[in-house]
Amino acid sequence: MSQAAVPPDSDERIKEMSGFRKSLMRPELGGICGTIIVFVFFFFTASGSGMFSPAGIMNWSVVSAQFMIIAVGACLLMIAGEFDLSVGSMIGFAGMSIALLSTSAGFPMWAAILLTFVVCVAIGALNGWLVIKTGLPSFIVTLAFLFILRGITIFAAIATTRKTIIGGLREEAAGDWLAPIFGGKILTGLFQWMGDAGWIETFSRGTRAGEPVVDGIPMLIVWALVLVAFGHFLLTRTKFGNWVFAAGGDAQAARYAGVPVNSVKILMFMFTAFTAVVFATCQVMEFGSAGADRGLLKEFEAIISVVIGGALLTGGYGSVIGAALGALIFGVVQQGLFFAGVESSLFRVFLGVILLLAVILNTYIRRMITGEK
Amino acid sequence: MANPLIEMKGIEKHFGAVIALAGVSVDILPGECHCLLGDNGAGKSTFIKTMSGVHKPTKGQIFFEGQPMSFGNPRDSIAAGIATVYQDLAMIPLMSVSRNFFMGNEPTKRMGPISVFDHKHANSVTMSEMKKMGINLRGPDQAVGTLSGGERQTVAIARAVHFGAKVLILDEPTSALGVRQTSNVLATIDRVRKNGIAVVFITHNVRHALAVGDRFTVLNRGKTLGTAKRGEITPEELQDLMAGGQELATLEGSLGGTV
Repeated sequence: MSQAAVPPDSDERIKEMSGFRKSLMRPELGGICGTIIVFVFFFFTASGSGMFSPAGIMNWSVVSAQFMIIAVGACLLMIAGEFDLSVGSMIGFAGMSIALLSTSAGFPMWAAILLTFVVCVAIGALNGWLVIKTGLPSFIVTLAFLFILRGITIFAAIATTRKTIIGGLREEAAGDWLAPIFGGKILTGLFQWMGDAGWIETFSRGTRAGEPVVDGIPMLIVWALVLVAFGHFLLTRTKFGNWVFAAGGDAQAARYAGVPVNSVKILMFMFTAFTAVVFATCQVMEFGSAGADRGLLKEFEAIISVVIGGALLTGGYGSVIGAALGALIFGVVQQGLFFAGVESSLFRVFLGVILLLAVILNTYIRRMITGEK
Repeated sequence: MANPLIEMKGIEKHFGAVIALAGVSVDILPGECHCLLGDNGAGKSTFIKTMSGVHKPTKGQIFFEGQPMSFGNPRDSIAAGIATVYQDLAMIPLMSVSRNFFMGNEPTKRMGPISVFDHKHANSVTMSEMKKMGINLRGPDQAVGTLSGGERQTVAIARAVHFGAKVLILDEPTSALGVRQTSNVLATIDRVRKNGIAVVFITHNVRHALAVGDRFTVLNRGKTLGTAKRGEITPEELQDLMAGGQELATLEGSLGGTV
């Protein structure tokens, strides 16, 4: 086989494509434009409110990072052609599992976290296996788990402790080796040094006088960036990534070509569950408590981030970078409206509108790619 | 005469009470284009699915390169060198030509401890293979969705050949195509055959069959009505055999011989 690329002769039947149209074909385009618009908008409307001070940046970065973590899982799963509506319930379930295992059952924190990961990823595999075996839409199967997991979470909390919120986890986590990987902060020395040098704001009074207001990068943000980088690499640069696209693009054609479609889909369900547990663990460590109602509606927020990021709801097309930008838009707008002093209920109106616009834009882009009318 | 690549002897396939194939025998020679003709319901699809490992025959034997074979699933037959190109299930429209071309056979290279998809290699092979088949791509990242139906079939055929197919089964590749696209696909079949690959061409269009076929086997109601060599049979005779003779003759009379 010849290895060298042979430059094609020009073909009068293929229209030259303008650079603009070519760039429209990138799934991230909507996310990039949206991000620019959102930042410009808030720069003019909310810059006086401290939104772009170190503390303000940290505020919306943390919220965006939360969305990013679950969006990476939802994105890969959606490209593989499936949904998971149980992500929100999984977050509540995982948080409660860590809390109950470490307090009522007396496990050390690291064991509670690891056990929760194992159980939840296994539930993700069960979700996927049921979808594959029954041939039912993942919408229905995971909708069932949305209720099942939420129900179990509330029941377990009340049956063991008569409460739906379990606190005191920070004390349980003290001295644990695994907990700081989810609840700790990095670069604290750098931030202290920047505070001492007077580059960033420091507390001037109180017990923390002299310490910087922002004293480090939370592990939550590190997790988000690592997961985005991992997801993007997996999808675009590996053999497995090609299988994910193929499984979502046309499962039967992929099977004929020898792609193990079922394993790919089940693995993606497991990965989605994994991201939900990362989210839950970070949240539990941050708040020092677990609540039975945590993670409510998170599955939809993840899906909206992914769709804003240019993925098609029908599968086979999308980008992890796009989903991450979608999550960033989500977080910046949610916190930005707060900084700008806008009534927070309007956030939902914005959400609905941007979702609609994103889906319309995506449909248009898909028609352009596949050349259908 | 060369030894047959595939010999199917007395193949029977029953689905419950339905007898889809009632003893079909065909042999496929290397480098020939063997046309399998038959009207809808004649058993063409069942027969090629038996050949490609999707169905197990109820009775009968399959010899591949002289050895008795029993394919458990499509992957076995692909590994042996029997590739099937299905009419509309060949390609994934949203994926690029190069990603489609290497779907399931992705080339990898080492990058430190991990192996990554070798896009550079994939792209250059795709471009040169497409050029050989007479398709000019805008680039290897062009989506398959922008190709015409005939070009998609051609990409699928090129893919099968590139990955070492000895027998290429084409399931009605021309039935949904226009005149020009059909001639492209027929030209591709001709090119593939000249490389010594056996082509099994399923169609119900006599003219397409006669354009490229070396031998013609007609199936009717689950049975072979015989195999004819090129030049031994006229289009009218083939047409009659496919339809089971009688009715079509009267129909054709009323239509003025245009079918």
